Amino acid sequence: MATKQQVRVKLNGRERQADVEPRMLLVHFIREVLQLTGTHIGCDTSHCGACTVLLNGKTVKSCTMFAVQADGGEILTVEGLSKDGQLHPLQEGFKEEHGLQCGFCTPGMLMSSYALLQNNPRPSEGDIRWGISGNLCRCTGYQNIVRAVQFAAAKMAHGGTK
Amino acid sequence: MIPPAFEYLRPNSIPEAIALLEQHGDDAKILSGGQSLIPMMKLRLARPAYLIDINRISGLSFIKEEDGFLKIGGLTREAELEVSPLIRAKYPIILDTVRVIADPQVRNLATVGGNLAHGDPANDHPATMLALDAQVVATGPGGERAIPIGEFFLSVFSTALQPGEILTEIRVPVPPTRSGGAYFKLERKVGDFATAAVAAQVTLDDGGVAQRVGIGLTNVGPKPLAAKKAEDSLRGKKIDAASIRQAAQLAAEEAQPSSDLRGPAEYKRGLVKELATRALTRALERARK
Repeated sequence: MATKQQVRVKLNGRERQADVEPRMLLVHFIREVLQLTGTHIGCDTSHCGACTVLLNGKTVKSCTMFAVQADGGEILTVEGLSKDGQLHPLQEGFKEEHGLQCGFCTPGMLMSSYALLQNNPRPSEGDIRWGISGNLCRCTGYQNIVRAVQFAAAKMAHGGTK
Repeated sequence: MIPPAFEYLRPNSIPEAIALLEQHGDDAKILSGGQSLIPMMKLRLARPAYLIDINRISGLSFIKEEDGFLKIGGLTREAELEVSPLIRAKYPIILDTVRVIADPQVRNLATVGGNLAHGDPANDHPATMLALDAQVVATGPGGERAIPIGEFFLSVFSTALQPGEILTEIRVPVPPTRSGGAYFKLERKVGDFATAAVAAQVTLDDGGVAQRVGIGLTNVGPKPLAAKKAEDSLRGKKIDAASIRQAAQLAAEEAQPSSDLRGPAEYKRGLVKELATRALTRALERARK
Protein backbone atom coordinates (compact mmCIF):
# COMPACT_ATOMS: atom_id res chain seq x y z
CA MET A 1 0.00 0.00 0.00
CA ALA A 2 1.21 3.46 -0.85
CA THR A 3 2.14 5.94 1.84
CA LYS A 4 -0.92 7.59 3.32
CA GLN A 5 -1.13 11.34 3.06
CA GLN A 6 -2.79 13.80 5.34
CA VAL A 7 -5.60 15.75 3.67
CA ARG A 8 -7.05 18.85 5.33
CA VAL A 9 -10.01 20.59 3.79
CA LYS A 10 -12.65 23.07 4.78
CA LEU A 11 -15.87 21.23 3.93
CA ASN A 12 -19.00 23.39 3.93
CA GLY A 13 -17.25 25.77 6.31
CA ARG A 14 -15.93 23.11 8.72
CA GLU A 15 -12.30 22.06 9.03
CA ARG A 16 -11.91 18.34 8.40
CA GLN A 17 -8.87 16.14 8.03
CA ALA A 18 -7.95 12.52 7.50
CA ASP A 19 -5.08 10.34 6.32
CA VAL A 20 -5.88 8.65 3.03
CA GLU A 21 -4.25 6.58 0.33
CA PRO A 22 -3.20 8.79 -2.61
CA ARG A 23 -5.43 6.82 -4.96
CA MET A 24 -8.58 7.72 -3.04
CA LEU A 25 -10.83 9.80 -5.27
CA LEU A 26 -12.24 13.01 -3.89
CA VAL A 27 -15.80 11.70 -4.18
CA HIS A 28 -14.98 8.68 -1.99
CA PHE A 29 -13.24 10.97 0.51
CA ILE A 30 -16.36 13.12 0.75
CA ARG A 31 -18.85 10.23 0.88
CA GLU A 32 -17.01 7.56 2.84
CA VAL A 33 -14.43 9.34 4.97
CA LEU A 34 -16.24 12.59 5.69
CA GLN A 35 -19.62 10.82 5.53
CA LEU A 36 -21.55 13.30 3.42
CA THR A 37 -23.47 11.24 0.87
CA GLY A 38 -25.34 14.03 -0.90
CA THR A 39 -22.66 14.03 -3.59
CA HIS A 40 -23.50 11.15 -5.92
CA ILE A 41 -21.40 8.77 -7.98
CA GLY A 42 -23.05 8.39 -11.37
CA CYS A 43 -21.04 7.24 -14.34
CA ASP A 44 -17.68 7.28 -12.54
CA THR A 45 -16.10 8.13 -15.90
CA SER A 46 -16.24 11.94 -15.88
CA HIS A 47 -19.27 12.20 -18.16
CA CYS A 48 -22.40 12.67 -16.07
CA GLY A 49 -21.57 15.39 -13.52
CA ALA A 50 -23.54 13.81 -10.63
CA CYS A 51 -20.40 14.09 -8.46
CA THR A 52 -19.92 17.82 -9.10
CA VAL A 53 -18.71 19.83 -6.09
CA LEU A 54 -17.11 23.24 -5.77
CA LEU A 55 -13.41 23.29 -4.96
CA ASN A 56 -12.13 26.77 -4.18
CA GLY A 57 -15.20 28.24 -5.87
CA LYS A 58 -14.97 26.23 -9.09
CA THR A 59 -16.93 23.18 -10.15
CA VAL A 60 -15.01 19.94 -10.47
CA LYS A 61 -16.01 16.34 -11.04
CA SER A 62 -15.01 14.76 -7.76
CA CYS A 63 -14.75 11.31 -9.40
CA THR A 64 -11.90 12.63 -11.54
CA MET A 65 -9.67 14.12 -8.89
CA PHE A 66 -7.71 12.59 -6.03
CA ALA A 67 -8.50 13.67 -2.47
CA VAL A 68 -4.81 14.55 -1.95
CA GLN A 69 -5.13 17.18 -4.69
CA ALA A 70 -7.80 19.00 -2.67
CA ASP A 71 -5.51 19.32 0.37
CA GLY A 72 -5.73 22.84 1.77
CA GLY A 73 -8.80 23.66 -0.27
CA GLU A 74 -12.37 24.71 0.42
CA ILE A 75 -15.09 22.35 -0.71
CA LEU A 76 -18.79 23.10 -1.03
CA THR A 77 -21.19 20.20 -1.47
CA VAL A 78 -24.96 20.11 -1.79
CA GLU A 79 -25.21 19.81 2.01
CA GLY A 80 -23.67 23.27 2.29
CA LEU A 81 -26.32 25.08 0.24
CA SER A 82 -29.10 25.53 2.78
CA LYS A 83 -28.60 28.03 5.60
CA ASP A 84 -30.29 27.89 9.00
CA GLY A 85 -32.80 25.31 7.85
CA GLN A 86 -33.81 27.47 4.88
CA LEU A 87 -33.50 25.95 1.44
CA HIS A 88 -31.22 27.79 -0.98
CA PRO A 89 -33.25 29.56 -3.72
CA LEU A 90 -31.90 26.98 -6.18
CA GLN A 91 -33.19 24.11 -4.05
CA GLU A 92 -36.50 25.90 -3.76
CA GLY A 93 -36.53 26.43 -7.53
CA PHE A 94 -35.94 22.72 -8.24
CA LYS A 95 -38.83 21.93 -5.87
CA GLU A 96 -41.24 24.54 -7.22
CA GLU A 97 -40.49 23.98 -10.91
CA HIS A 98 -40.24 20.18 -10.72
CA GLY A 99 -36.58 20.30 -11.73
CA LEU A 100 -36.18 16.62 -10.85
CA GLN A 101 -37.89 13.30 -11.07
CA CYS A 102 -35.59 10.57 -9.78
CA GLY A 103 -33.26 13.13 -8.21
CA PHE A 104 -30.02 11.33 -8.90
CA CYS A 105 -28.44 14.12 -10.95
CA THR A 106 -29.84 16.87 -8.71
CA PRO A 107 -26.88 17.44 -6.35
CA GLY A 108 -24.57 17.93 -9.33
CA MET A 109 -27.12 20.08 -11.16
CA LEU A 110 -27.46 22.26 -8.06
CA MET A 111 -23.71 22.73 -7.72
CA SER A 112 -23.20 23.59 -11.40
CA SER A 113 -26.15 26.00 -11.28
CA TYR A 114 -24.81 27.53 -8.08
CA ALA A 115 -21.41 28.20 -9.69
CA LEU A 116 -23.17 29.64 -12.75
CA LEU A 117 -25.23 32.11 -10.69
CA GLN A 118 -22.17 33.18 -8.67
CA ASN A 119 -20.48 34.31 -11.90
CA ASN A 120 -23.56 35.31 -13.85
CA PRO A 121 -26.51 36.30 -11.65
CA ARG A 122 -28.80 37.04 -14.60
CA PRO A 123 -28.16 34.24 -17.08
CA SER A 124 -30.04 33.84 -20.35
CA GLU A 125 -31.60 30.48 -21.13
CA GLY A 126 -28.58 29.78 -23.33
CA ASP A 127 -26.21 30.63 -20.49
CA ILE A 128 -28.04 28.21 -18.20
CA ARG A 129 -27.90 25.39 -20.75
CA TRP A 130 -24.19 26.13 -21.25
CA GLY A 131 -23.64 26.19 -17.48
CA ILE A 132 -25.17 22.74 -16.97
CA SER A 133 -23.72 21.23 -20.15
CA GLY A 134 -21.47 18.99 -18.05
CA ASN A 135 -24.40 17.47 -16.16
CA LEU A 136 -26.66 14.76 -17.54
CA CYS A 137 -30.30 14.23 -16.56
CA ARG A 138 -32.20 11.22 -17.86
CA CYS A 139 -35.66 12.29 -16.57
CA THR A 140 -36.56 15.90 -17.17
CA GLY A 141 -35.39 16.73 -20.67
CA TYR A 142 -33.77 19.72 -18.91
CA GLN A 143 -36.76 22.03 -19.45
CA ASN A 144 -37.74 22.18 -15.81
CA ILE A 145 -34.15 22.38 -14.67
CA VAL A 146 -33.72 25.52 -16.77
CA ARG A 147 -36.93 26.93 -15.21
CA ALA A 148 -35.68 26.04 -11.73
CA VAL A 149 -32.47 28.00 -12.28
CA GLN A 150 -34.47 30.93 -13.69
CA PHE A 151 -36.67 30.80 -10.57
CA ALA A 152 -33.59 30.97 -8.35
CA ALA A 153 -31.97 33.77 -10.35
CA ALA A 154 -35.15 35.84 -10.06
CA LYS A 155 -35.48 35.17 -6.35
CA MET A 156 -31.83 35.97 -5.65
CA ALA A 157 -32.10 39.20 -7.66
CA HIS A 158 -34.89 40.26 -5.32
CA GLY A 159 -32.71 40.05 -2.26
CA GLY A 160 -32.83 36.31 -1.59
CA THR A 161 -29.85 34.57 -0.04
CA LYS A 162 -26.65 34.14 -1.95
CA MET B 1 -13.48 2.51 -10.30
CA ILE B 2 -10.46 2.98 -8.11
CA PRO B 3 -7.09 3.48 -9.81
CA PRO B 4 -4.11 1.26 -8.95
CA ALA B 5 -2.03 2.38 -5.97
CA PHE B 6 0.71 4.94 -6.54
CA GLU B 7 3.01 7.15 -4.51
CA TYR B 8 2.02 10.79 -4.58
CA LEU B 9 4.75 13.42 -4.92
CA ARG B 10 4.12 17.14 -4.82
CA PRO B 11 7.17 19.21 -5.82
CA ASN B 12 7.17 22.97 -5.29
CA SER B 13 9.44 23.93 -8.17
CA ILE B 14 10.25 22.86 -11.71
CA PRO B 15 13.82 21.72 -10.87
CA GLU B 16 12.38 19.59 -8.06
CA ALA B 17 9.80 18.09 -10.44
CA ILE B 18 12.48 17.34 -13.04
CA ALA B 19 14.69 15.69 -10.42
CA LEU B 20 11.77 13.45 -9.43
CA LEU B 21 11.13 12.59 -13.10
CA GLU B 22 14.79 11.66 -13.55
CA GLN B 23 14.79 9.59 -10.37
CA HIS B 24 11.67 7.56 -11.23
CA GLY B 25 11.92 7.41 -15.03
CA ASP B 26 9.17 5.51 -16.81
CA ASP B 27 7.47 4.66 -13.51
CA ALA B 28 6.43 8.29 -13.07
CA LYS B 29 3.79 10.45 -14.72
CA ILE B 30 3.17 14.16 -14.40
CA LEU B 31 -0.23 14.98 -12.90
CA SER B 32 -1.47 18.24 -14.36
CA GLY B 33 -5.26 18.68 -14.76
CA GLY B 34 -5.65 14.91 -14.60
CA GLN B 35 -8.73 14.91 -16.79
CA SER B 36 -7.24 12.40 -19.24
CA LEU B 37 -4.74 10.67 -16.94
CA ILE B 38 -7.13 9.82 -14.09
CA PRO B 39 -9.75 8.20 -16.36
CA MET B 40 -6.94 6.21 -18.00
CA MET B 41 -5.67 5.09 -14.60
CA LYS B 42 -9.18 3.99 -13.62
CA LEU B 43 -9.33 1.87 -16.77
CA ARG B 44 -5.81 0.49 -16.10
CA LEU B 45 -4.64 1.96 -19.40
CA ALA B 46 -2.02 3.81 -17.34
CA ARG B 47 -0.44 2.43 -14.15
CA PRO B 48 2.21 4.90 -13.00
CA ALA B 49 3.93 3.94 -9.73
CA TYR B 50 4.55 7.62 -8.99
CA LEU B 51 2.43 10.66 -9.71
CA ILE B 52 4.27 13.96 -9.71
CA ASP B 53 1.63 16.62 -9.04
CA ILE B 54 2.80 19.92 -10.59
CA ASN B 55 -0.36 21.83 -9.65
CA ARG B 56 1.29 23.65 -6.72
CA ILE B 57 4.24 24.93 -8.74
CA SER B 58 3.83 28.67 -9.17
CA GLY B 59 4.64 30.52 -12.37
CA LEU B 60 3.29 27.87 -14.75
CA SER B 61 -0.07 29.52 -15.37
CA PHE B 62 -0.19 32.64 -17.55
CA ILE B 63 -1.56 34.09 -20.80
CA LYS B 64 0.46 37.01 -22.17
CA GLU B 65 2.01 38.52 -25.28
CA GLU B 66 5.77 38.94 -25.11
CA ASP B 67 8.63 39.07 -27.65
CA GLY B 68 6.29 38.56 -30.59
CA PHE B 69 4.60 35.50 -29.10
CA LEU B 70 1.40 34.68 -27.31
CA LYS B 71 2.74 32.71 -24.36
CA ILE B 72 0.50 30.28 -22.54
CA GLY B 73 1.78 28.58 -19.39
CA GLY B 74 1.67 24.79 -19.42
CA LEU B 75 -0.58 24.70 -16.36
CA THR B 76 -3.07 27.28 -17.65
CA ARG B 77 -6.60 25.88 -17.30
CA GLU B 78 -8.93 25.72 -20.28
CA ALA B 79 -11.45 27.77 -18.29
CA GLU B 80 -8.87 30.55 -17.92
CA LEU B 81 -8.41 30.77 -21.68
CA GLU B 82 -12.19 30.86 -22.08
CA VAL B 83 -12.49 34.10 -20.08
CA SER B 84 -9.17 35.70 -21.02
CA PRO B 85 -9.73 39.18 -22.54
CA LEU B 86 -6.59 38.74 -24.67
CA ILE B 87 -7.80 35.42 -26.13
CA ARG B 88 -11.31 36.80 -26.68
CA ALA B 89 -9.99 39.90 -28.46
CA LYS B 90 -7.16 38.52 -30.57
CA TYR B 91 -7.30 34.73 -30.79
CA PRO B 92 -10.82 33.67 -31.80
CA ILE B 93 -9.48 30.35 -33.14
CA ILE B 94 -8.28 29.46 -29.63
CA LEU B 95 -11.60 30.57 -28.13
CA ASP B 96 -13.47 28.41 -30.69
CA THR B 97 -11.28 25.48 -29.64
CA VAL B 98 -11.56 25.91 -25.89
CA ARG B 99 -15.33 26.20 -25.94
CA VAL B 100 -15.73 22.73 -27.46
CA ILE B 101 -13.28 20.96 -25.17
CA ALA B 102 -15.11 18.62 -22.78
CA ASP B 103 -17.50 20.46 -20.44
CA PRO B 104 -17.36 23.27 -17.83
CA GLN B 105 -16.22 21.13 -14.90
CA VAL B 106 -13.49 19.44 -16.93
CA ARG B 107 -12.34 22.79 -18.33
CA ASN B 108 -11.91 24.10 -14.77
CA LEU B 109 -9.14 21.55 -14.22
CA ALA B 110 -7.88 20.52 -17.66
CA THR B 111 -4.73 22.30 -18.82
CA VAL B 112 -3.50 23.42 -22.22
CA GLY B 113 -0.14 21.77 -21.56
CA GLY B 114 -1.79 18.48 -20.72
CA ASN B 115 -4.00 18.63 -23.80
CA LEU B 116 -0.83 18.75 -25.93
CA ALA B 117 1.55 16.59 -23.87
CA HIS B 118 -0.96 13.74 -23.71
CA GLY B 119 -0.38 13.24 -27.46
CA ASP B 120 -3.96 12.14 -28.06
CA PRO B 121 -4.97 12.73 -31.71
CA ALA B 122 -8.54 13.21 -30.47
CA ASN B 123 -7.63 16.27 -28.38
CA ASP B 124 -8.53 19.67 -29.76
CA HIS B 125 -5.58 22.01 -29.12
CA PRO B 126 -3.09 20.08 -31.29
CA ALA B 127 -4.86 20.88 -34.58
CA THR B 128 -5.24 24.52 -33.60
CA MET B 129 -1.61 24.80 -32.55
CA LEU B 130 -0.58 23.18 -35.86
CA ALA B 131 -2.65 25.78 -37.73
CA LEU B 132 -1.03 28.55 -35.67
CA ASP B 133 2.49 27.13 -36.14
CA ALA B 134 3.10 27.18 -32.39
CA GLN B 135 6.13 26.01 -30.44
CA VAL B 136 6.13 23.85 -27.37
CA VAL B 137 8.63 24.71 -24.66
CA ALA B 138 10.02 21.69 -22.83
CA THR B 139 12.00 22.17 -19.64
CA GLY B 140 14.38 19.41 -18.63
CA PRO B 141 17.64 18.78 -16.77
CA GLY B 142 19.57 20.73 -19.43
CA GLY B 143 17.25 23.74 -19.41
CA GLU B 144 14.62 24.87 -21.91
CA ARG B 145 14.17 23.97 -25.55
CA ALA B 146 11.51 25.05 -28.02
CA ILE B 147 10.02 22.30 -30.18
CA PRO B 148 8.17 23.28 -33.38
CA ILE B 149 4.65 21.89 -33.12
CA GLY B 150 5.10 20.13 -36.47
CA GLU B 151 7.78 17.95 -34.83
CA PHE B 152 6.02 17.45 -31.51
CA PHE B 153 3.48 14.69 -32.19
CA LEU B 154 5.09 11.35 -33.02
CA SER B 155 2.25 8.83 -32.81
CA VAL B 156 -0.70 7.93 -30.58
CA PHE B 157 0.10 9.15 -27.03
CA SER B 158 3.70 9.75 -28.04
CA THR B 159 5.40 13.15 -28.29
CA ALA B 160 8.88 14.59 -28.69
CA LEU B 161 9.09 15.23 -24.93
CA GLN B 162 12.11 13.38 -23.54
CA PRO B 163 12.10 11.52 -20.22
CA GLY B 164 12.84 14.18 -17.63
CA GLU B 165 11.18 16.96 -19.60
CA ILE B 166 8.02 18.88 -18.67
CA LEU B 167 5.92 20.92 -21.05
CA THR B 168 6.10 24.36 -19.45
CA GLU B 169 4.90 26.79 -22.11
CA ILE B 170 3.23 27.11 -25.50
CA ARG B 171 4.33 29.92 -27.83
CA VAL B 172 2.13 31.12 -30.65
CA PRO B 173 3.60 33.70 -33.05
CA VAL B 174 1.47 36.85 -32.73
CA PRO B 175 -0.49 36.89 -36.00
CA PRO B 176 0.15 39.89 -38.27
CA THR B 177 -2.75 42.18 -39.23
CA ARG B 178 -5.20 40.68 -41.73
CA SER B 179 -4.99 37.31 -40.00
CA GLY B 180 -7.91 35.18 -38.95
CA GLY B 181 -8.62 31.66 -37.81
CA ALA B 182 -11.41 29.33 -36.79
CA TYR B 183 -12.01 25.85 -35.38
CA PHE B 184 -14.98 23.72 -36.39
CA LYS B 185 -15.73 20.45 -34.59
CA LEU B 186 -18.48 17.90 -34.93
CA GLU B 187 -19.14 16.08 -31.66
CA ARG B 188 -22.01 13.73 -30.85
CA LYS B 189 -22.65 15.47 -27.55
CA VAL B 190 -20.96 17.94 -25.19
CA GLY B 191 -17.93 16.26 -23.70
CA ASP B 192 -17.34 13.80 -26.52
CA PHE B 193 -14.19 13.69 -28.57
CA ALA B 194 -14.46 15.05 -32.10
CA THR B 195 -15.90 12.80 -34.77
CA ALA B 196 -13.68 15.14 -36.79
CA ALA B 197 -12.56 18.74 -36.44
CA VAL B 198 -10.60 21.24 -38.51
CA ALA B 199 -8.56 24.29 -37.49
CA ALA B 200 -7.67 26.92 -40.10
CA GLN B 201 -5.58 30.07 -39.82
CA VAL B 202 -4.84 32.46 -42.71
CA THR B 203 -2.86 35.68 -43.12
CA LEU B 204 -3.59 37.91 -46.13
CA ASP B 205 -1.48 40.66 -47.72
CA ASP B 206 -2.80 44.11 -48.74
CA GLY B 207 -4.23 42.71 -51.93
CA GLY B 208 -6.02 39.84 -50.21
CA VAL B 209 -3.50 37.18 -51.29
CA ALA B 210 -2.81 34.44 -48.74
CA GLN B 211 0.68 34.82 -47.24
CA ARG B 212 0.38 32.09 -44.68
CA VAL B 213 -2.10 29.24 -44.33
CA GLY B 214 -2.25 26.68 -41.54
CA ILE B 215 -4.73 23.79 -41.46
CA GLY B 216 -4.84 21.20 -38.66
CA LEU B 217 -7.03 18.09 -38.41
CA THR B 218 -8.36 16.46 -35.23
CA ASN B 219 -9.05 12.75 -34.68
CA VAL B 220 -8.67 11.61 -38.27
CA GLY B 221 -5.33 9.84 -38.02
CA PRO B 222 -2.83 8.24 -35.64
CA LYS B 223 -1.66 11.73 -34.67
CA PRO B 224 -2.83 15.31 -35.12
CA LEU B 225 -2.30 16.13 -38.79
CA ALA B 226 -1.33 19.26 -40.70
CA ALA B 227 -3.08 19.29 -44.09
CA LYS B 228 0.03 20.40 -45.97
CA LYS B 229 -1.25 19.96 -49.53
CA ALA B 230 -4.34 21.95 -48.70
CA GLU B 231 -2.16 24.68 -47.16
CA ASP B 232 0.10 24.75 -50.25
CA SER B 233 -2.88 24.99 -52.59
CA LEU B 234 -3.95 28.28 -51.01
CA ARG B 235 -0.61 29.97 -50.31
CA GLY B 236 0.11 32.82 -52.71
CA LYS B 237 -3.46 32.80 -54.01
CA LYS B 238 -6.52 34.87 -53.48
CA ILE B 239 -8.78 32.82 -51.26
CA ASP B 240 -12.29 32.51 -52.61
CA ALA B 241 -15.10 29.97 -52.60
CA ALA B 242 -13.53 27.96 -55.44
CA SER B 243 -10.05 27.76 -53.91
CA ILE B 244 -11.54 26.92 -50.51
CA ARG B 245 -13.49 24.06 -52.12
CA GLN B 246 -10.31 22.74 -53.68
CA ALA B 247 -8.30 23.03 -50.44
CA ALA B 248 -11.07 21.32 -48.47
CA GLN B 249 -11.01 18.44 -50.94
CA LEU B 250 -7.23 18.12 -50.51
CA ALA B 251 -7.59 18.20 -46.71
CA ALA B 252 -10.13 15.38 -46.92
CA GLU B 253 -7.67 13.36 -49.03
CA GLU B 254 -4.88 14.00 -46.52
CA ALA B 255 -7.00 12.80 -43.59
CA GLN B 256 -6.34 9.22 -42.43
CA PRO B 257 -9.56 8.40 -40.60
CA SER B 258 -10.49 4.94 -39.38
CA SER B 259 -13.97 3.54 -38.92
CA ASP B 260 -15.20 3.35 -35.33
CA LEU B 261 -18.26 4.02 -33.19
CA ARG B 262 -18.29 7.63 -34.36
CA GLY B 263 -18.73 6.62 -37.97
CA PRO B 264 -17.18 5.00 -41.02
CA ALA B 265 -13.94 6.36 -42.46
CA GLU B 266 -15.57 7.70 -45.62
CA TYR B 267 -18.12 9.64 -43.59
CA LYS B 268 -15.30 11.24 -41.60
CA ARG B 269 -13.47 12.12 -44.79
CA GLY B 270 -16.60 13.87 -45.99
CA LEU B 271 -16.82 15.65 -42.64
CA VAL B 272 -13.26 16.92 -42.96
CA LYS B 273 -14.14 18.43 -46.33
CA GLU B 274 -17.19 20.21 -44.94
CA LEU B 275 -15.53 21.34 -41.71
CA ALA B 276 -12.46 22.58 -43.63
CA THR B 277 -14.75 24.60 -45.90
CA ARG B 278 -16.46 26.17 -42.89
CA ALA B 279 -13.22 26.80 -40.99
CA LEU B 280 -11.47 28.40 -43.98
CA THR B 281 -14.52 30.52 -44.80
CA ARG B 282 -14.78 31.79 -41.22
CA ALA B 283 -10.99 32.33 -41.04
CA LEU B 284 -11.17 34.42 -44.21
CA GLU B 285 -14.06 36.51 -42.83
CA ARG B 286 -12.11 37.15 -39.65
CA ALA B 287 -8.91 38.02 -41.55
CA ARG B 288 -10.79 40.63 -43.57
CA LYS B 289 -12.22 42.38 -40.52
